[in-house]
Amino acid sequence: MRDHFKILKVDLSAGKAEVIRLEGRNEVAGGSGLAAVVFNRYGYFSRPWNHPEQPLIFAIGPLTGYFPLMSKTVCAFKSPYHDQYTESHAGGRSALSLAFAGIDALVITGRSREPCCLAVGSRNLEIRPAGFLWGLDVIRSGKILRNMFKTSSGHRSILRIGQAGEKQLAMAGINADTYRHFGRLGGGAVMGAKNLKAVVINGDAVLDQPDSRGYADLYKRVFKQVIDTGMMKKYHDLGTPANIMTLNSLQALPWRNLQASSDPGAEGISGERFAKDALLRNIACAGCPVGCIHVGFVREKFMKDNRYMYKQVAYDYEPIFAAGSMLGVSDCFSVLNIMDVMERVGLDVISGGVAIAWATEAFERGLIGPEETIIPLGFGNVDACKKAAFYLGTAANDFYRLLGQGTLKAAERYGGSEFACVLGQEMAGYATGELFFAAQSLGFRHSHLDSGAYSFEQKHAEKDVEKMVDFLMEDEVPRAFLTSMVACLFARGVYRPEVLSECLNVLGYEKLSMNVEQTAHKIRSLRWKTRFACGFDPDSITIPKRFYKVKSWKGPVDPAYLNALRSRYAERLKALADESQTP
Amino acid sequence: MKVLAASRIERCIGCHICSLACARLVHKCTSWDTSGIRIHSSGGLSTGFEAVYCLACDPAPCARACPTGAFIQRKGGGVKVKRDACIRCGNCADACPVNAVFLDSSGMPYVCIHCGRCAAFCPHDCLEMIEAGGGKDLSASKLEGPKS
Repeated sequence: MRDHFKILKVDLSAGKAEVIRLEGRNEVAGGSGLAAVVFNRYGYFSRPWNHPEQPLIFAIGPLTGYFPLMSKTVCAFKSPYHDQYTESHAGGRSALSLAFAGIDALVITGRSREPCCLAVGSRNLEIRPAGFLWGLDVIRSGKILRNMFKTSSGHRSILRIGQAGEKQLAMAGINADTYRHFGRLGGGAVMGAKNLKAVVINGDAVLDQPDSRGYADLYKRVFKQVIDTGMMKKYHDLGTPANIMTLNSLQALPWRNLQASSDPGAEGISGERFAKDALLRNIACAGCPVGCIHVGFVREKFMKDNRYMYKQVAYDYEPIFAAGSMLGVSDCFSVLNIMDVMERVGLDVISGGVAIAWATEAFERGLIGPEETIIPLGFGNVDACKKAAFYLGTAANDFYRLLGQGTLKAAERYGGSEFACVLGQEMAGYATGELFFAAQSLGFRHSHLDSGAYSFEQKHAEKDVEKMVDFLMEDEVPRAFLTSMVACLFARGVYRPEVLSECLNVLGYEKLSMNVEQTAHKIRSLRWKTRFACGFDPDSITIPKRFYKVKSWKGPVDPAYLNALRSRYAERLKALADESQTP
Repeated sequence: MKVLAASRIERCIGCHICSLACARLVHKCTSWDTSGIRIHSSGGLSTGFEAVYCLACDPAPCARACPTGAFIQRKGGGVKVKRDACIRCGNCADACPVNAVFLDSSGMPYVCIHCGRCAAFCPHDCLEMIEAGGGKDLSASKLEGPKS
């Protein structure tokens, strides 16, 4: 086992790479912690996100390849969305491919003179010109890339961008192996700014394994827990879309740009409906037996005389909310069709759906017209949503280009910021109330996964600001360690700190195994410190008026309580960043 | 004698847990290559998965091609491997009609020994041990409807 990190740093300007030994395994573990250390070393707090020297980082953890569900990759970069440090996480095959390429992190700096793709493995490194791929969508370029890099089919990961990334939109994601994404906060734009269409990671090395019988036994025990607990049922069965009916019945599912939080149309886009009518099959991230990836299909008659085509689109709760209820669309096949357009152009579906929802309301209110939107927009108008998604992802005119940089950016010019559903970034699909709104707007990734606020809120109705903010602060700590192990957060019930400690110990990371909690705190601080160093000011983040008008099962949002939560959470975060910390 | 069969590979979700189990338990290393069973997507994830593993030939062309007796014909099909006798010539891999023998970067071959340890880890029951000679990828259980 490596007591240090092995980094592969590729400079696209020079067309060269170096292998770097980096210390700090016992201090920051890997994944989120490693990415923050790498950014502190090779990134620039004050240079803009698209400066050629800014790094694009892909990091994994010490348990990847050795234990199940250690299957995420942490992608870190300075975000085009807010020009500050951030992380975006994806499943798929990239984590195992990186592990079997023999590296803890792939760091890409510089800017290629021409569009290119990068292929790395344990015994290969190649930067190939890829001008012919520029302008092609995610699906088409994926097919060509698989032909260009034929070796290791099944054991390689292909990360690529669509037109949204090429146009450097802040809503551009990085597609990972067709069905997963580093979706949020603009990683795709960072690749676009580097003239980098794709990264192919070839997992072709053989790793050492501990001699002890204990390792195989522990693997079996963890594996059994994963299989035997409710995880398989919860995440494989209906998967995350099970939330649609739950949240709709709680009046916590955003509809039509959050003008409502419940609608009878939910039945048409429920997890049950998708499973019954549109589910083609499940697939898994490499190294995970759960298989939570739900691939849906759409059969489409494109010409008379029974001429059909079909598409396969992976669905989850969040994209269904963004391309469904948020746009007033309540038919599962229509949702898949809208998602498919965003997938192809390489747009983050959550951000894209929420942005189009705002544009639709702005259109209906007359703030913008066909001159901006090209076509008339309307809630529930599926064709208009599909076209708007395409125009947005391809930055078809000045309006869509600006909207692609963030809904609030467009609202600043055209008006309508009061109904922009933005909480630090375009909202995730939880209108559960004050705690979630405060949590997403100030959370590190502005993600519903920074903490379990949406869930905690459903179980605790009391308006106790200290208690709630304590929860946000405390719940982030074990999550920071889990994402440093690159564990899927679905496995957080299995990978408790004591289990992680055992796993690390059996692989020979003794010191780290004894300091899980301390290391978790250190990683959390380091990430925040890095973001604050880039200029993060929690007080500058506003919560648009629309959120103050939400009515959930608890009743109307209490503005004073929301403001108190936000202020207190901001204070606590600022205090955290001030703590002394040596990267 | 039983042999491994990927009887229900159309259920495969591509988790690679079988490959990792074989490498971990049989070959004592961590890899999805140096394993007796390897999962590949056939033309991208949208078209499903295929399992590459020894189809238990009898006689086995890899055993016939081996010049040093490292690959020995196994009763019921497939081979037994004597690693110490291997000179890493790669003839076994060349001889295999289904690419079931994987050579690592040093030329050491890895092939399924039909022990069935991978099958226990498959979350969807894609793999099973069947009696040799009874048909390689069809067993009656494949035809059963969904289990509750």
